[in-house]
Amino acid sequence: MSPTAALVHKDDGYNFAYLDEQTKRMIRRSLLKALSIPGYQVPFGGREMPLAYGWGTGGIQVTASVIGPDDVLKVIDQGADDTTNAVSIRRFFQTVCDVAVTESTAEATVVQTRHRVPETPLKEGQVLVYQVPQPEPLKKIEPRETETRKMHAYAEYGAMQVTLYEDVAHFGRIAKTYDYPAVINGRHLMSPSPIPKFDNPKMEMNPAIQLFGAGREKRIYAVPPYTSVRSLDFDDHPFEVQTWKGSCALCGSTTSYLDEVITDDRGSRMFVCSDTDFCNTRQAEAAAAKAAVDKVSGEEA
Amino acid sequence: MTLQSPTPMSSDGAALKPGFADPVFDAQAVFRAALVAIAYPGRAIPLDRTFAAPRPLSSATAALCLTLMDFETPAWLDRQTASGEASAWLRFHCGLPLIDDTSTARFAVGTDALNLPHLLEFHPGEIEYPDRSTTLVIQVKSFTDGPVTTWTGPGIKGSATIAIDGLPFWFWSDWDLNSELYPRGVDVIFTCGNALMGLPRTIKVEA
Ligand SMILES: [Zn+2]
Repeated sequence: MSPTAALVHKDDGYNFAYLDEQTKRMIRRSLLKALSIPGYQVPFGGREMPLAYGWGTGGIQVTASVIGPDDVLKVIDQGADDTTNAVSIRRFFQTVCDVAVTESTAEATVVQTRHRVPETPLKEGQVLVYQVPQPEPLKKIEPRETETRKMHAYAEYGAMQVTLYEDVAHFGRIAKTYDYPAVINGRHLMSPSPIPKFDNPKMEMNPAIQLFGAGREKRIYAVPPYTSVRSLDFDDHPFEVQTWKGSCALCGSTTSYLDEVITDDRGSRMFVCSDTDFCNTRQAEAAAAKAAVDKVSGEEA
Repeated sequence: MTLQSPTPMSSDGAALKPGFADPVFDAQAVFRAALVAIAYPGRAIPLDRTFAAPRPLSSATAALCLTLMDFETPAWLDRQTASGEASAWLRFHCGLPLIDDTSTARFAVGTDALNLPHLLEFHPGEIEYPDRSTTLVIQVKSFTDGPVTTWTGPGIKGSATIAIDGLPFWFWSDWDLNSELYPRGVDVIFTCGNALMGLPRTIKVEA
């Protein structure tokens, strides 16, 4: 046994953060190479996780290789901290590394996400870990990995442009609304995972470290801080994000990504922020401001 | 029954220095510093703990080796590193396969930077697998007292001014050649005392 393999931290038999040290080292080496070649998919020999694929095993392995005892972890699924997926991943890390958790984007040092980038701007040193179901942006055009690897090697992305332009010909616009491909650092075409295209501009020149883990396909890739992220588009059809006519029914935001929710059994609908921490924080701030105004006007009266 | 492993010895019979006191948490902390160093090139990232390093390795160099290297990563050591107690220490604590061939090394450790082989002698990765390139760990005298260079690229907001001391005169012209291989190319982590500084292949340097 190697000297580093002998240490098991917890009485219940888990290694810290579940993974053995050998696996962490391998993933850590892959993460450093991923940051050195922005947008390029680094293959890694992941181990099987105690969760089924589709539950974010790739993201979990990346988080487990990064996280330490001083970290504060936030886990979101579609912007919400309280969905089954987010709750089970958060519990997993509380069990295997006893880490502090939060719902606040601002307080988190590591954020694991499925399908959203938080609305609250990230800061330097924060790590955003994306769960990736399908890392290959060229998969629909070319299912063979031997071929897509060549296409990335020689930056042969013309076929992808053609596919997008077929949309323009058919619908008069680019139909893709999520998992919208982008060129990273002017070189590698990358799948941003199934985030809405609304979130693509947030990836660009972001001060935080963005890491992507695909469990089934065993790929890791990254967008370093302060890196160009150019969503594919055309001169006559520039990239545009989703917009909404109204504002969030709960916090009044006009700048966030909104979900339509049904509010009663007669089919009434309203639009609310998909990012629950962002929305709750804004509501709390508004309530506090209103209380302060009420207090002042009460004193004046 | 308790098995007591014998105290490991170096080739000259002296007892080897220990590895990490806490292999799990020490490796995590050092890796996190390395991640930050590669993500934000050109910043001196101090480690939050020090290590008893075997000569001629500095604390940061030793810690980085323990964190990233193992039996899966053939490594090349420069002559000064190979001749010190570091060689036996790396073999014992990392299970590290040491090789003479720079062109197949996953890692290279240089403590005598002035006598480094040229960068193109290391593994640049393959066009379809550029991640297989050599990562060089280069121990330098200073991050601030050498000739001034200007760095730009991913991870740097605007540009950064760096003055690494103790590199061979050809280093930055070799770095330009390395850039031309992109997406292939070597990556560098400089160490100085107890701090790290990343130089991934994406960074353009004006000397
Ligand atoms: Zn809202």
